[in-house]
Amino acid sequence: MSKVLTNNQTISNVHRNNQPITQKRNRLDKIVHNSLLAISSLPILFALAIFLALWFRAYPILQVHSFIELISGTVWKPLKGLFGFYPFIVGTGWVTLVAIIIAVPICILTTLYLSEYAGVWAQRLVKPILDLLAAIPSVVYGVWGILVIVPMVKNYAVPLFQPLGNVFPIFMSKNPTGYSILAGGLVLAVMITPFIISIAYEVLQTVPAGLRQASLALGTTRWQTIKYVVLPVSSGGIFASVVLGCSRALGETMAVLMVVGNMVQIPHSIFDSAYPLPALIANNYGEMMSIPMYDSALMTGALILMVMILILNIFSVLILRHILIEPH
Amino acid sequence: MKTKWKPRHIEETIMKILMIFSFSLIIGSLGWILFTILIKGLPSLSWAMLTQTPKGGYYLGKEGGILNAIVGSLYLAAGGTILAVLIAFPTALFLSVYVNKKRWAVIVRLSLDILWGIPSIVYGAFGFLLMLAMGLRASLLGGIITLAFLEFPIMTRAMDEIIQRIPPDLPLAAYALGSTHFETALHVITRQVIPGLLTAVLLAFGRAIGDAASVLFTAGYTDHIPTSLSQPVASLPLAVFFQLATPYPEVQNRAYASALILTILVLGVSILSRWISYHLDRYSIR
Repeated sequence: MSKVLTNNQTISNVHRNNQPITQKRNRLDKIVHNSLLAISSLPILFALAIFLALWFRAYPILQVHSFIELISGTVWKPLKGLFGFYPFIVGTGWVTLVAIIIAVPICILTTLYLSEYAGVWAQRLVKPILDLLAAIPSVVYGVWGILVIVPMVKNYAVPLFQPLGNVFPIFMSKNPTGYSILAGGLVLAVMITPFIISIAYEVLQTVPAGLRQASLALGTTRWQTIKYVVLPVSSGGIFASVVLGCSRALGETMAVLMVVGNMVQIPHSIFDSAYPLPALIANNYGEMMSIPMYDSALMTGALILMVMILILNIFSVLILRHILIEPH
Repeated sequence: MKTKWKPRHIEETIMKILMIFSFSLIIGSLGWILFTILIKGLPSLSWAMLTQTPKGGYYLGKEGGILNAIVGSLYLAAGGTILAVLIAFPTALFLSVYVNKKRWAVIVRLSLDILWGIPSIVYGAFGFLLMLAMGLRASLLGGIITLAFLEFPIMTRAMDEIIQRIPPDLPLAAYALGSTHFETALHVITRQVIPGLLTAVLLAFGRAIGDAASVLFTAGYTDHIPTSLSQPVASLPLAVFFQLATPYPEVQNRAYASALILTILVLGVSILSRWISYHLDRYSIR
């Protein structure tokens, strides 16, 4: 009895003695909470700051030329004050499109193989491979492009598609160097592979196993299960992963810059050279302060690029969030 | 019982062959890239390249090395990583421990996704504008700040994902013992995820070493190793790029060797982070 009493006493003593300490702990917790809240608002502020900084810098030229005029103008002569972004936007679009057309079937087939057929060994093997592909610096991809892809396009792809050129103008070849949209697209296709595969794989993992089993139990082949069950269920997420890959491709700078030829023209064939927007910004930062309005024009370029990427990015992030984070 | 071959079985076989072909194409292209860089880079790789800065006439094929770029890249990436950790870790901790699944977390994560999607050339342009506003020239400090911006979303997303993966009972047990959020975050959660945090930091560090487009504007290029934050600094990706742009084959060969050094550095970081997550994870509670 007495023991219990002492225990009770001890507890109440501790409690009373620690009252200030508890308050101190709670106050510290509150302070930390508030400062962490402040720090965690930084991402939002950064995103706004980047957009506003580019906007203010681009503003002077947007007062002289309308936005529509800038993006539809085809003449780029900074010394004469002519800033037409159309060739660059079209160039970016071509390179990205070629990359997507090459990468998407390969990525989707690989992802399906990994998620529906392959054993544990392939899944273990592929994670480091994708990590390495994503880790290789863009400049190294560019060097590989110059050493391998450009000669390949020049020596094999051009003669191979020559006969088609007369029928389909997009295979027409007037550019003998190999530095072309196709080269840029091929390099980009390899670069965006890890992004598309890792996300598409996650999407496929969310397809309930029961659906597959139900289909297989009816005696379908695996491919029929994929075609009629797995793909229809996951098509939205796979589409989002492709869109995300697309947004990565749009902004890729150095690797594309090194192999795409960089000629200001509106390309008509995959063997023409092009001049994507990121390459324009990277190549001309040196002289942009010396020609009037040039800096403003380049920042407008950066703004256009960023808005294009943001639209694709937000779109795919919202779809993926719905699929991966809040499964029904 | 022998299965009769029907069209659907033929289709199955064709698709399976296509899938295996695509899979090997991807493995093959990784091998191809590494092989090309190795074959082209190895012959010109020398001890002098690793230990000397460029001497006069280096870009005409004379003596020297790219120590300035190697050290410069390490300075830039290390500085950027340290700055980024300072804000990435608190942000990730707050998102996953304090407000996980609340509206604020959704908004912040969305803006992190947006930041993650912004290409490095835009970060470069933004860093350049920031430096203009602060009156800085192309310098080590400018490069570090720009890289910190670039690394921040990569690191935060990785850390956030790792902290969310800890068993939910762990913080609950700490709360049940009467500890506050902060004490739980500091003594229980942080300790549990240290290996994961290191991999996130290394991931961002590797990305920073290899990034060229953002430092192009902000860090400049020089043949010397900088001694203060306000001096311009060389970086490996730009060393590759500039050497490749010269018309001299000797210098171009050095560009390949520089690309090999850069690749080894980046892959080394990637493998180190894999090793860390593999070997240190056993000290965590599961």
